[in-house]
Amino acid sequence: MTEPVEASRHKLTVRNLSVFYAEKKALGPVTMDIPEKRVTALIGPSGCGKSTFLRSLNRMNELIPACRMEGVVHLDDQPIYGTGIDAVAVRRRIGMVFQRSNPFPKSIFENVAYGLRIGGLNARPELVERVERALQQAALWEEVKDRLNESALGLSGGQQQRLCIARALAVEPEVLLMDEPASALDPIATAHIEELISTLSDRYTVVIVTHNMQQAARVSDYTAFFYMGDLIEVDRTQVLFTKPSQSKTEDYITGRFG
Amino acid sequence: MRSLFSRELRSRLGDSALVISTGAATLLVLIILAIIVGDVVHHGAARFSWEFLSTAPSQGMTAGGVFPAIFGTVALVILMTIAVVPAGVATAIYIHEYADRESSLTRLIRVAINNLAGVPSIVFGLFGLGFFIQFVGVGIDRTLFSGHKVFGQPALIWAALTMAVLTLPVVIVATEEALRAVPRELREASLALGATRFQTVIKVVLPQATAGILTGTILAISRGAGEVAPILFTGAAYYLPQLPWQPQNQFMHLGYHVYVLATQSPDVDAGKPILYATVLVLLMVTFVLNLSAFVVRSRMRHRFAGASS
Repeated sequence: MTEPVEASRHKLTVRNLSVFYAEKKALGPVTMDIPEKRVTALIGPSGCGKSTFLRSLNRMNELIPACRMEGVVHLDDQPIYGTGIDAVAVRRRIGMVFQRSNPFPKSIFENVAYGLRIGGLNARPELVERVERALQQAALWEEVKDRLNESALGLSGGQQQRLCIARALAVEPEVLLMDEPASALDPIATAHIEELISTLSDRYTVVIVTHNMQQAARVSDYTAFFYMGDLIEVDRTQVLFTKPSQSKTEDYITGRFG
Repeated sequence: MRSLFSRELRSRLGDSALVISTGAATLLVLIILAIIVGDVVHHGAARFSWEFLSTAPSQGMTAGGVFPAIFGTVALVILMTIAVVPAGVATAIYIHEYADRESSLTRLIRVAINNLAGVPSIVFGLFGLGFFIQFVGVGIDRTLFSGHKVFGQPALIWAALTMAVLTLPVVIVATEEALRAVPRELREASLALGATRFQTVIKVVLPQATAGILTGTILAISRGAGEVAPILFTGAAYYLPQLPWQPQNQFMHLGYHVYVLATQSPDVDAGKPILYATVLVLLMVTFVLNLSAFVVRSRMRHRFAGASS
């Protein structure tokens, strides 16, 4: 099912990953590779397991008490669920942006600096430089450079979401996971975010969950289709949307269900 | 048509009856409060003066003021707050942020806290006497002061700690409430940036919960400032010539002073205006303590509500 993906090397390799909530299986087993410095979109109807899959890539699932998993996920050559591997260390390398923008009730500057500060960086000049760089990468710098000390909560929804992206980028992760990052935004703000995602893949491996197939088609290099907790198909986006190999995929992308 | 009309009329009557009865109940509460405050102010104002606030009782409590009792009450409340807030907040953090919410241990802790809140305050007084004075205090004397009575007797510190135990559930419950109100999204944002749980609690959760924690502190102070039973055996004194400058001293307390004036005074009639004035002062001190906690809270809220942090 999983076509070998050419050109790029694999950043994340997932083998037989299953996730259970209490005794109920929510996902898997999933086997899939995520190519480096590409955008991979995860699509599928609500409850298909795509968000669960995303959250198991940076060990956010284990914050849910009843959640249990099987299988392995490798980041480069390291098993992220291996014994002695610290979830905190994993999350520093694999950042995440959530569906609802969730800036801290702090200033814009302190939001972006948060990850750096908890990582032990407190030297002002370097903080200033890294915050600016992150805001520029998130295409927010021009809009906020004169109000860095104002509350982040005063920003518009789209700006807040880009701030959250900047905050995640500031710690320079290798992978950026995005859980429907534009679903709560208006079309213009969504366009901003999509543009941004395309540029991010120059530096980062991006995995994005989206409800919106057009969005997946616009921003991603690869697309994975999930259905009822299973990975049905993963391929280059262009191929998946034009010549899907599975009939379920075709039914979904042509709008026959979901 | 007729029955419809009467039904409407009935429901309207029911409505007015409800408005009248709930309004009357509210009015009753206001009247009672007005009577209490009015009576106290009316009888107490005559004796109330700067001198009354700033001097010690004299001539067997029939003259002089209540300064030592004010001092003792404030000292008690401050020490109590210093003891109860860290302990209560830490407990709430443990239960809410670290402990497995479903485990039987957590449930047991919760039940214990609820029961602690329901224990009559005089029982806390006895507990303080038994535990703090006769066990901890005597223990300290035995090990550090070779048996001399220093801490093994009623004292400000033991009264404050007893009061802290009494108010502990208030702080725990309020803090837990405040922690629960912190959105999960903020915790997740912090954790996803590679913060540890501890960093998340310190840098994100607690600042968000500060207003709620201070509310709990205010409630604890309100309760602590007015309680007398817990300090009866643990540190309050009938009369002291000196202020309690050391934690092992006994102290005078406004609430206890009211009790003393009302029941133990050598000359009840001569003491009556003083009694009223003391009650007035007690009300005012409680009010000022509440108010200052309230001011601190609103300051904090402004500081954390956003803007430059």
